Amino acid sequence: MSQDELLQEVTATDYKYGFYSDIETDRMDAGLSEDVIRRISAKKMEPQWMTEWRLEAYRIWLEMDEPDWANVNYQKVDFQAISYYAAPVKKQISSLDEVDPELLKTFEKLGISLNEQKRLSGVAMDIIVDSVSVATTFKKTLAEKGVIFCSMSEAIQDHPELVKKYLGTVIPRTDNYYAALNSAVFTDGSFCYIPKGVRCPMELSTYFRINEANTGQFERTLLVADEGSFVSYLEGCTAPQRDENQLHAAVVELVALDHAEIKYSTVQNWYPGDAEGKGGVYNFVTKRGICEAYAKISWTQVETGSAVTWKYPSCILKGDYSIGEFYSVALTNHHQQADTGTKMIHLGRNTKSTIISKGISAGQSHNSYRGLVRMGPRAENARNFSQCDSLLMGDRCGAHTFPYIEVKNSTARTEHEATTSKIGEDQIFYCQQRGLNMEAAIALIINGYAKEVLNQLPMEFAVEAQKLLAISLEGSVG
Amino acid sequence: MNDRISAQYWLHEKELTAYSSDAVRDRRRRAMELFESKGFPTQKDEDWKYSSLKPVLSPHYALNSPCAALEDEHLEYADIKRFLVNELDAYRVVFLNGRYTSWLSDTTHQGFDVCTLSSAWKKYPETIERYFAQLTEDLGPLAQLNTALAWDGIYVVVPDNVVVDRPIQLLSITSGTEPRAIQVRNLVVLGVNSQVEIIERHQSLSDQPTWTNSVDEAFLAEGAQLRWVKLQHDGPLASMTQHTRIHQDRSSRSQVHTISTGGRFIRNNLDIILNGPGAEARMLGLTLGKGKQLVDHHTLVDHRAPHCSSHENYKGIYDEGSKGVFNGRIYVHREAQKTDAYQQNANLVLHQTAEVNAKPQLEIFADDVRCSHGCTVGQLDEDALFYLRARGIREPEARAMLMLAFAEDALAGIDHPSLNAKLHKLIAGKLGVDLTLDL
Repeated sequence: MSQDELLQEVTATDYKYGFYSDIETDRMDAGLSEDVIRRISAKKMEPQWMTEWRLEAYRIWLEMDEPDWANVNYQKVDFQAISYYAAPVKKQISSLDEVDPELLKTFEKLGISLNEQKRLSGVAMDIIVDSVSVATTFKKTLAEKGVIFCSMSEAIQDHPELVKKYLGTVIPRTDNYYAALNSAVFTDGSFCYIPKGVRCPMELSTYFRINEANTGQFERTLLVADEGSFVSYLEGCTAPQRDENQLHAAVVELVALDHAEIKYSTVQNWYPGDAEGKGGVYNFVTKRGICEAYAKISWTQVETGSAVTWKYPSCILKGDYSIGEFYSVALTNHHQQADTGTKMIHLGRNTKSTIISKGISAGQSHNSYRGLVRMGPRAENARNFSQCDSLLMGDRCGAHTFPYIEVKNSTARTEHEATTSKIGEDQIFYCQQRGLNMEAAIALIINGYAKEVLNQLPMEFAVEAQKLLAISLEGSVG
Repeated sequence: MNDRISAQYWLHEKELTAYSSDAVRDRRRRAMELFESKGFPTQKDEDWKYSSLKPVLSPHYALNSPCAALEDEHLEYADIKRFLVNELDAYRVVFLNGRYTSWLSDTTHQGFDVCTLSSAWKKYPETIERYFAQLTEDLGPLAQLNTALAWDGIYVVVPDNVVVDRPIQLLSITSGTEPRAIQVRNLVVLGVNSQVEIIERHQSLSDQPTWTNSVDEAFLAEGAQLRWVKLQHDGPLASMTQHTRIHQDRSSRSQVHTISTGGRFIRNNLDIILNGPGAEARMLGLTLGKGKQLVDHHTLVDHRAPHCSSHENYKGIYDEGSKGVFNGRIYVHREAQKTDAYQQNANLVLHQTAEVNAKPQLEIFADDVRCSHGCTVGQLDEDALFYLRARGIREPEARAMLMLAFAEDALAGIDHPSLNAKLHKLIAGKLGVDLTLDL
């Protein structure tokens, strides 16, 4: 097969999650105003303080300008054309049997059978469709350990003291344009609290899906790991294939108190648009964690979807001896654009951070790494290691690196290295000589290239991520 | 400041453009208008994020006519001897407050031109029209300001297949009893397979704040070779902003050393445009910062043609109170296949109050390339220090030896022993040790 044909084949690979489920939905008309926010808040029966908090965020948002410094080009979003609330009706379910059968079918198509989940995999899930949580599994098992894992709306009702204490502490409403918007209009999300000294017995997982047309998904995740606890958290996402662009502006806040550890893994597979770059999800996400003394936060992400990605999962290493990690594989094909990376803010003494970022660009896509490593004046003996590699497939794509390194302490050490290359012809030749065909050879090499990151993923996710990489890339060698 | 500078141009435009064609005058005007519309850069500009120009712009600079004859100030060879590499047989071009001093200089027109821009306006208007401000159109406000107000600097034009027999020493002196801001403009045009070497130094003899704003344009034809050593070892009140652009054709080679060891504020922009296949660029830098010094290096390698290579190595040592910025950008166009680009930036931070900000950037649009960059910030290796101490070397010397070794990369490729020795002496002096040891 010639290279052109191979490329052709990749281009033709369908987005297999692009179906749309006909679920009865309760949605608000498009548009954004204080009134809309009040209605969202009322629909969710939120207490007064929450409504006020949202309105304040909205006022802040109105004052802000849409950021344009990222290395991406896209048609600006019309925030008045989006519906800010869409929820599958028939809520108030007590068991899975009462879930809308259409919805269950949707999840079966996605490969997540809730029933099966319950029995087999030992992963507790919170599933969010069009930004409203529809099902949370394994609640009871978790409750025995004292772990709270529920949707954000439930948390606001049932655990207001925790929400009030932590919401917006890591990512204040004033942080950036999309975080402010999210704070004003978020409809749901996951909330998780791990009590002192508890090792969460199973992996927690959230599944996000945008289903309705012209809706924005604005979910908000808040994860608090109390002293000495451990949790591993997974997040996955898909969306139907649509011609117009959908907006996803989520906020994820992690709080790791003394000696706690949070491992946060994402496989992001929003609809990337078709081969001509039409449609696809705008993924403008703010993710940040704060580490107290001896705490550790580890971000792992596999980014294969979205038309435009703008995402910088970050760690504020506030406590002494805290650790931040960031492992990322970002793959862009066709007309996708990704501007992603991380920020490691070292404030405490003896803090450590590791950044491993692997970018792969194919087709006419653009893939940028943008990162910041800052060593504050108090960060004695802080240590950072960063590695950003880019792989280019084809001569119409671009790979860019924008690392910022700011050191204000004489005992801090940072190392940054970056390389850009393509798959070596000799490597392919070597594999082919041993009887692998071109596609298998490339899949092998890509998997090897991304291994450092894939190894960080929990088992089930690692398998899914490998498949995703293979689907998106097979044969697209330039 | 903005208005005074504008006035300086509009008042003296006639003198500045007396011998120039309309095209050149239009370039100056356009540059001035660009400057007027943008004003001086502030920290809100991404390119000036870490460096504030405020302290540079705050003195009340004397802004005389950029091209009027020198006033009564005088300079003797004895005054400048220590700033030259005397053991080196070189063409010497000395400027005082931005004006050429013929009695201290040694220029030539024999076989090639090594002279001054101030004479070239009249003598070589065609060359000026062909090259002046052709590389600087899209640069920032400071370079535009220089284009508008440029009067003097070196003018080096070498015909095809000629090797300039001696290096050129450029010395620009600022003096006087009031704060001074001067513009220096250098133009270097190298013919096919020609070669030249330039040693550049700027020095303030004044006890007042000075600001030198310099722009260099260099055109390298096929196979031409350029070596340029920029020595920035100025006094504690001297500020320097500089933009160097080198345009390279097929198989040409450039090597630029930037040694920044003194001065209060230094901002260097070094852009190399690799426009023909097989062109090579080497950019080496060394920064020693101490006291209230700020040294900001911005480099750009623009790979526009295939099979080019660039090699960049910048080292920085920052002591008490100093601040360093490094922004290295490698841009590889889609046509520039088989590019080999390497960039390294290593920094030592010696004191709690020192600060380093680095941003190595890669922007790559071609797939068959080898591009890498590395950036480190750290301290001296304790083990290596212990090794030397265990052999009876006192701590200050041991540290200095390690730092010299660290700095050595940036000096590699400077062939003249006398220049090399002078640089080593300067560096050792700056590190506060007397290294008479034969290293």
